[in-house]
Amino acid sequence: MLAKLTHLDRLEAEAIHIFREVAATFSKPVMLYSVGKDSSVLMHLAMKAFYPAKPPFPFLHVDTTWKFREMIEFRDEMARKLGFDLIVHINEEGVRDGINPFDSGSNTHTHIMKTVGLRQALDKYGFDAAFGGARRDEEKSRAKERIFSFRDAQHVWDPKNQRPEMWKIYNTRVAKGESIRVFPLSNWTELDIWQYILQEDIPIVPLYFAKERPVVERDGMLIMRDDERMKLKPGETIENRMVRFRTLGCYPLTGAIDSDADSLEGIVSEMLTARTSERQGRLIDRDEAGSMEKKKREGYF
Amino acid sequence: MRHIMTKTIEAADSVRDYLAGQERKSLLRFLTCGSVDDGKSTLIGRLLSDTKQIFEDQLATLERDSKKHGTTGEDVDFALLVDGLEAEREQGITIDVAYRFFSTPKRKFIVADTPGHEQYTRNMATGASTADLAIVLVDARQGVLAQTRRHSIIASLLGIRHIVLAVNKIDLVDFDQAVFDRITANYAEFAKDLGFASIVPIPMSARYGDNVVRRSDRIAWYSGPTLVEHLETVVVDDAAVEMPFRFPVQYVNRPNLDFRGFAGTVASGSVSQGDEVVVAKSGKASRIKRIVTQGGDLKSAVAGQAVTLVLADEVEISRGNMLVAPTARPHVADQFAANLVWFNEQALLPGRSYLLRTETDQTSATVTELKCRINVNNFAREAAKSLEMNEVGICNISVQAPIAFDTFVENRTTGAFILIDRVTNATVGAGMIVHALRRADNIHWQSLDVDKKERALAKNQRPAVFWFTGLSGSGKSTIANLLEKKLHASGRHTYILDGDNVRHGLNRDLGFTDEDRVENIRRVAEVAKLMADAGLIVIVSFISPFRAERRMARELMPSGEFIEVFVDTPFEECARRDPKGLYAQALSGKLKNFTGVDSPYEAPENPEIHLKTLGKSPETMVETLDEWLRQRDIAEQQYEQGGGI
Repeated sequence: MLAKLTHLDRLEAEAIHIFREVAATFSKPVMLYSVGKDSSVLMHLAMKAFYPAKPPFPFLHVDTTWKFREMIEFRDEMARKLGFDLIVHINEEGVRDGINPFDSGSNTHTHIMKTVGLRQALDKYGFDAAFGGARRDEEKSRAKERIFSFRDAQHVWDPKNQRPEMWKIYNTRVAKGESIRVFPLSNWTELDIWQYILQEDIPIVPLYFAKERPVVERDGMLIMRDDERMKLKPGETIENRMVRFRTLGCYPLTGAIDSDADSLEGIVSEMLTARTSERQGRLIDRDEAGSMEKKKREGYF
Repeated sequence: MRHIMTKTIEAADSVRDYLAGQERKSLLRFLTCGSVDDGKSTLIGRLLSDTKQIFEDQLATLERDSKKHGTTGEDVDFALLVDGLEAEREQGITIDVAYRFFSTPKRKFIVADTPGHEQYTRNMATGASTADLAIVLVDARQGVLAQTRRHSIIASLLGIRHIVLAVNKIDLVDFDQAVFDRITANYAEFAKDLGFASIVPIPMSARYGDNVVRRSDRIAWYSGPTLVEHLETVVVDDAAVEMPFRFPVQYVNRPNLDFRGFAGTVASGSVSQGDEVVVAKSGKASRIKRIVTQGGDLKSAVAGQAVTLVLADEVEISRGNMLVAPTARPHVADQFAANLVWFNEQALLPGRSYLLRTETDQTSATVTELKCRINVNNFAREAAKSLEMNEVGICNISVQAPIAFDTFVENRTTGAFILIDRVTNATVGAGMIVHALRRADNIHWQSLDVDKKERALAKNQRPAVFWFTGLSGSGKSTIANLLEKKLHASGRHTYILDGDNVRHGLNRDLGFTDEDRVENIRRVAEVAKLMADAGLIVIVSFISPFRAERRMARELMPSGEFIEVFVDTPFEECARRDPKGLYAQALSGKLKNFTGVDSPYEAPENPEIHLKTLGKSPETMVETLDEWLRQRDIAEQQYEQGGGI
């Protein structure tokens, strides 16, 4: 009697297939590692795809210098434990110009430190394919994107003129300077991600679990004060609240939610009754209409 | 304390139970298609909303967007939930396919919302290629339109066997059963030859939700299932596990000398440790020694699983080959017939060389014969010389190296391919293999005792093909003739293939359309190859305006043997010289399809030799060519003696 594949089995197989396709057809792939839960799943799948070998590509983290400290610790520990090749890139020009989320605004900060930083890193190393953990259920413009998503030599996505993507036959051909962003988790939903983390016991940053943390209420969001660089505005106070994060990014731009879910099961059960989508905790998505598409066209992941 | 712990454990157990239940649900992938404005995106928005998949913040955004871009007056415009691109919302149309995810207590769904405009047909095909069922929408007021038929034909060709005929906007025809019956009969008549296993017509109003999730009391005469009831229960048989074993090798995993594994996804059937398998292209047999995954070795693997296979013997296999069941093998051939859907603004030209990709294999391919175009209105087969964008045809394809495949009807994974433009790398077409052509099996390459090397040695030279390209009047023939004289004088064996001369003989049946120009070059390239095989130094002097054909010619020859020579004379100078009086005629409109005037010339990007002719004598340019050839021969000699490695 042969085993019947479950939904997660199929999603896993699809992602592994995509990883191998890239390794077989590109000369210099890289995996974008953002330290979040989707990245953790992606990394886990990459390890599976090439077992017993290590993934034949490095992992790249574009550090905006405003990530939660726990994210950086987690990142370095994972690199040590799994022994993958980690490249950390910081947009030094942005640092020199004093770009930060408070004075420069979330849009400028994200554009310069993340999008431009990413483009710098891709150009510097000449990567021709880059894996990302984006899912189609996250956001409307992502729902439109191919698994193998073509970028021209300026890293620009042309959403009106995407290559047809038939069956599992991927067109991996690029000319010099052009590249492809690859999304092995395209068909996963947020629930699939959590379910897989639970099933495979995948380590994730502790910030996803509820704990008493120092937070400030600002612009309707709960911001965790992760270091002294965040100055309090008049009338703001820091309070310790049981909170957790549904997504992780730059700490001043990522809202926490009140929660007592301190286990994976708790997170899933909370998610099943949630009334808001996960990107709601992201300040950058609310800046302007169609803002994710605009960022993506500029080269954001 | 103990009490609380028990409660937490119970909660954890119930979450795990819930998730286990989710895992047991089956998945249905479907698409919505049909003509513009039939309400595809609205239907999906309605499905998501009525199955409670929309979060509060998304609803808030939707209400805001509806006021700004909505086309439904005061009501919420559900189409804006799926039309995620700015251009789509501004224009109120769908440009590209959007994938959405939802589930009901019975099943999980991935739905592809595809565009209705003819110009975006390729995006509809993208969505259809991974779907098992298609919802074909029809506006009750409009009935079955050309685009309804086109999408149905494409769905059928791509192997979709289940159709829901959604007769939408039934509220706008006063819920009239006669309208519904007429459209249903109309569609059934059209679709009778398309091979669908089921066609389920449902009257509905996506905008108001009638018969989508909620049964409508406004359509009392309809007793069939609602859309969601049908989607939850329709049986889409997944027979892949029952079929013969196919394992396209994707990646050879060789971390060290002790491990050599073939990584890939089982396309069909199953395989177990100890099973005998055969390498499709070579026919070599071996046994499965291990089925490796990170979680431990498996006893067996089934269709859909991504694994790494280790064989008992050292057999030569690389990416693109296939491990298969010994008793039921795939075809291995270099010619086959296929259905083709064309995606590109540039028409398909028989004779032009494209890249063909199957799931893991890639080779050069040419459409040798376009047998017919399929009329999407009546499914009739019509004669055609080329396939334009969004057209569907049946053709014979010849590939440079044999590939392993099944017919698409037998196996959707191993019977499909895409075609890629060699210059732009665009995905220009998708193909479904109908059958192998027997010819390919019967022509065996004769292994001759006297080979190319022997023939060349007898002439004491190395073969070469000088490929002169450039505008009419650029000086190609003059330089070619001088070069031949010089080579001949130094004892070389040469031959000139000249555009004008060949057109009087071998190619006298060809004109100057794009199709004919492609065929013209193909024949000349093949002749040049035969001559080089005979050991000659061939000088081809042809305008050869298209990059793709020159590349095709290049790939026919071994590397180092093809020497592209760009005879670069500016257009103005060629028109001034006008040795045959052709420019005067073309510029006055008397001569059509003239290169540089009303037919394009694509200059070489990386020619081996670039001759800028202005201000240079033909003799000095011939010197350059002769010197280049001498240097090549010296370099190759050193390489053969080991000095070049």
